[in-house]
Amino acid sequence: MVVNAAAVSEPTAETADAVLDRWQRDPLALVQILRETQAATYWLPRSLLVHIAAALGLTVAHVEGVAGFYRFFHTSPVGCVRLLFSDNITDRMLGSEALLAQLCARLGVAPGEVDAQGRFSVDRCSCTGLCDQGPALLVNHHQVVTRLDGARVDALADCLLAGTPVEEWPDEWFRVVDGVQRADLLLTGLAADASSLPAVLARSPQALLDEVAQSGLRGRGGAGFPTERKWQACRDAPGPLRCVVCNADEGEPGTFKDRVLLASHADSVFDGMTVAARAVGAQQGFVYLRGEYRFLLPQLEQVLARRRVAGLLGRNAAGIAGFDFDIAIHLGAGAYVCGEESALIESLEGKRGTPRIRPPFPVQAGYLGRPTVVNNVETFCAVAHIARRGGAWWAGIGTAQSTGTKIHSVSGDCARPGLYEYPLGTTIAQILDECGAPQAQAVQVGGPSGACIPASEFGRAIAFEDVPSAGAFMVFDRSRDLFEVARHFARFFAHESCGLCTPCRVGTELVVRRLDKLAHARGAGHASAFDIERLHDLDTVLHSGTHCGLGASACNPLRDTMRHFGAAYAQRSTAAQFQPDIDLDAELSSARRVTRRTDAGAHLHTDTPT
Amino acid sequence: MNAPPIPEAPRKLRVATVSLGGCFGCHMSLLDIDERLLELIEKVDFDRSPLTDIKTVGECDVGLIEGGLCNAENVEVLRAFRAHCRVLVAVGACAITGGLPALRNHLDVGDMLQSVYGEVPDDPELPLPLNRVLPIHEVVHIDHALPGCPPPADAFWQLLQDLIAGRTPVQAPGLIRYD
Amino acid sequence: MSAVDPSFELDGQRVPLQPGDTILAAAARAGLDIPYLCWSAEVSASASCRLCTVLADGRPVAACVTPAVAGQKVECRSASLDVQRLRLLQMLFVEGNHFCPGCEKSGNCVLQVQAERAGMTDLHFETLNPERPVDASHPDVLFEPNRCILCQLCVRASDEIDDKQVFAIGGHGIATRLLIDSPSGRLGDSALSVGDRAAHICPVGALLPKRVGFAVPIGQRRFDTEDTRG
Repeated sequence: MVVNAAAVSEPTAETADAVLDRWQRDPLALVQILRETQAATYWLPRSLLVHIAAALGLTVAHVEGVAGFYRFFHTSPVGCVRLLFSDNITDRMLGSEALLAQLCARLGVAPGEVDAQGRFSVDRCSCTGLCDQGPALLVNHHQVVTRLDGARVDALADCLLAGTPVEEWPDEWFRVVDGVQRADLLLTGLAADASSLPAVLARSPQALLDEVAQSGLRGRGGAGFPTERKWQACRDAPGPLRCVVCNADEGEPGTFKDRVLLASHADSVFDGMTVAARAVGAQQGFVYLRGEYRFLLPQLEQVLARRRVAGLLGRNAAGIAGFDFDIAIHLGAGAYVCGEESALIESLEGKRGTPRIRPPFPVQAGYLGRPTVVNNVETFCAVAHIARRGGAWWAGIGTAQSTGTKIHSVSGDCARPGLYEYPLGTTIAQILDECGAPQAQAVQVGGPSGACIPASEFGRAIAFEDVPSAGAFMVFDRSRDLFEVARHFARFFAHESCGLCTPCRVGTELVVRRLDKLAHARGAGHASAFDIERLHDLDTVLHSGTHCGLGASACNPLRDTMRHFGAAYAQRSTAAQFQPDIDLDAELSSARRVTRRTDAGAHLHTDTPT
Repeated sequence: MNAPPIPEAPRKLRVATVSLGGCFGCHMSLLDIDERLLELIEKVDFDRSPLTDIKTVGECDVGLIEGGLCNAENVEVLRAFRAHCRVLVAVGACAITGGLPALRNHLDVGDMLQSVYGEVPDDPELPLPLNRVLPIHEVVHIDHALPGCPPPADAFWQLLQDLIAGRTPVQAPGLIRYD
Repeated sequence: MSAVDPSFELDGQRVPLQPGDTILAAAARAGLDIPYLCWSAEVSASASCRLCTVLADGRPVAACVTPAVAGQKVECRSASLDVQRLRLLQMLFVEGNHFCPGCEKSGNCVLQVQAERAGMTDLHFETLNPERPVDASHPDVLFEPNRCILCQLCVRASDEIDDKQVFAIGGHGIATRLLIDSPSGRLGDSALSVGDRAAHICPVGALLPKRVGFAVPIGQRRFDTEDTRG
């Protein structure tokens, strides 16, 4: 489509200009500017991108590249109301696909399409972090509707067809609960008599670092890097300016603990960030809030405003002369890979969320080249406790190598989904027992990029030295087909690949196609041992050198399920010889159309006759 | 029935060849082994092949497939080769990638037929073209491939020597080329 | 050079290193070949193709961006890395629409020569058959996206050498593509000129100066050897 700059309509340009002015035409704010503009214009026509590029002094190609990277930016028309069904496997297990079909039927649209009058569009998105109260959907990349069922979908269709504004939809639909089932120290929160932040920060930065070192705290985002070493490296890196970033891009499907910490323990999180800033000497703080958690933004901004009034942020923060530190919230726009810390920093700088080449690591050169600490929400929350109660106290909880507690987002086939906080070292069996999952055949620990643990290994403990976890705990009972689980996760990784490196960009797509063939979902031939061999091949390539962890872990579900649930693959690959992946008869459709032939010679069988 | 087996001369390798959506250039390159053809026919019998004019493929040790899959007949012939040949070899760029005929893949073949012929013949004798030209490994399992447009004569020679000797064919580095 | 000069070991051979060296740079200086597609000494690295993946003390890394470390053991030529390179090349071939016999770049193409050297005889995977319209709008340079391997060399050359930023990367996942900075998105409306480095740095036949194709006869092209085209 060729649209020139002059074609941008006046109101659209005015909308963009207002947003641009609010961000002082700062090119670093490009992602925020696109997000806020689109909130008013529904989608981002090329003419609008041209306009924004000119205003920011960026090339159109750069802006188009950024707009095309994030799943929540639309560069083709969408409806005035955009509904995105959360498409985690747990949503599907709760019937999300049938509900999506029901809604589409009522509205007369197909998934991914806009209705003829441009009123609404319905599609899927990656996990929205509401697995314990799903199926869920996202409205206009802003609100979330939880606990969908047939009746709620019907009522939703009524509202959409009647043109009822979102603000007038029943409050109950938007209700998001914390769902804490087992609280330990983090989910209980700071004691009423806990020392104040100024009292904590009165200690020297080195004393704060020592406390964290003594605690043995390791990052809660998945990689488990020792927090103190990260901080020390940042503190030691040369440069006058430093940053502290809270990674609230909780994109790992099946993980929703950070949502609750941000909703109910935001002060602890901000305390932790401020302690980190004091320890490393940072001036600038960011919360990178995933776009799916947009609904949390107003209350988080309120907490920050209150803290500024209380003197905990800003110049001479917490009453410490010369300690100037404030926190800004940056919203993501639907890109799982931005949970990788260097991709997150690229996104903070308004660019495509492509993981950087390391070294240099963010602690050496992060946001705008400044030494930057990026830690998970839960890590900062832990710091708030450690800074008050001491590293030795924290180190006394959990195991020697895995200190403290860990919050598990439990979902799937269990009686009581929700958050469960345990000391590290707790067995999978114990968590299954307490959440009520006697029929479990497998648990996906740590999300798709983690590990699929079969029942025979439920005695294993969640700890860095045994089964590490970024916080997801998805339970699959004996009625579930682990092949379909792996296929779902494969689609997720292919959808979320940033496209930079060959093995991830091409490999994730080839895995999806091969698994679709096994599922007989491509309207084509049957799979054979040949296809299993190709899957092993792809698994090897993706585990042998991708640019970042997304690609490296993209085949984990495939590898684990092939190993533990091989029968699910064997029963789908029973053809005696190689069979094509192509519907050969359909390949004759165009010639049949123009010849109008119907004779036997005008058709082909897809499977090779044996 | 119980008589001892009669000693036979070493059995010759039975080879079939075909050009599907190809230009016969690969076959020409095979003939470029020149005087080594005389040595070859001491060890090889040709079954279906443009060299013999045998029309249907019999039980063979080796099938050499030139060309990609352009139409329904190509698919049927390829399947017949797969069913009758112990070892199937994709020969040349078109068999391996679809080749130059696959450049039409982004166009609608029905529209092309209409614009070329106006009234498109509906004779059942004529094979219908596929929407896309396909490489042969997407329809049947292929055991080996000889790349090149065409593969060098020496590559054919080496492949057949390996197969005659019962070795897994390996191509010398200089013999692997794509144009 | 004394025995105490810093060095690392590449496939058993000692490679001297200088401060700031990547594994690839140090190996290249020592005359040792680590295969790559997306790297160029002229521009910053993208580390996208991953063909230069080596095992540094057992860990897979991209040699083009990984600092060489004294005393390290680096493995490049091994059975498993040979297969890894072969698979990466096959992935690139099935991702685009690569038809060497009709391509002007044949004989001068880095993708082609790396695949030939890696012993690639087939595609191994199914072709993805992407739909990528050719852009011939520029008077002097052809953009043939069917052959693009997303190496980013043109993106970086235009930005870092030509100071123009004519190219950018768009989309994500398998739909990642090269974008052109112009009002229409077409090359003919961009600031690219045939004298730009970006117009010549493409390792494959995706960006080609016009009217020079097939000018050099087979046998005399960049990668022709006695062996292959004697």
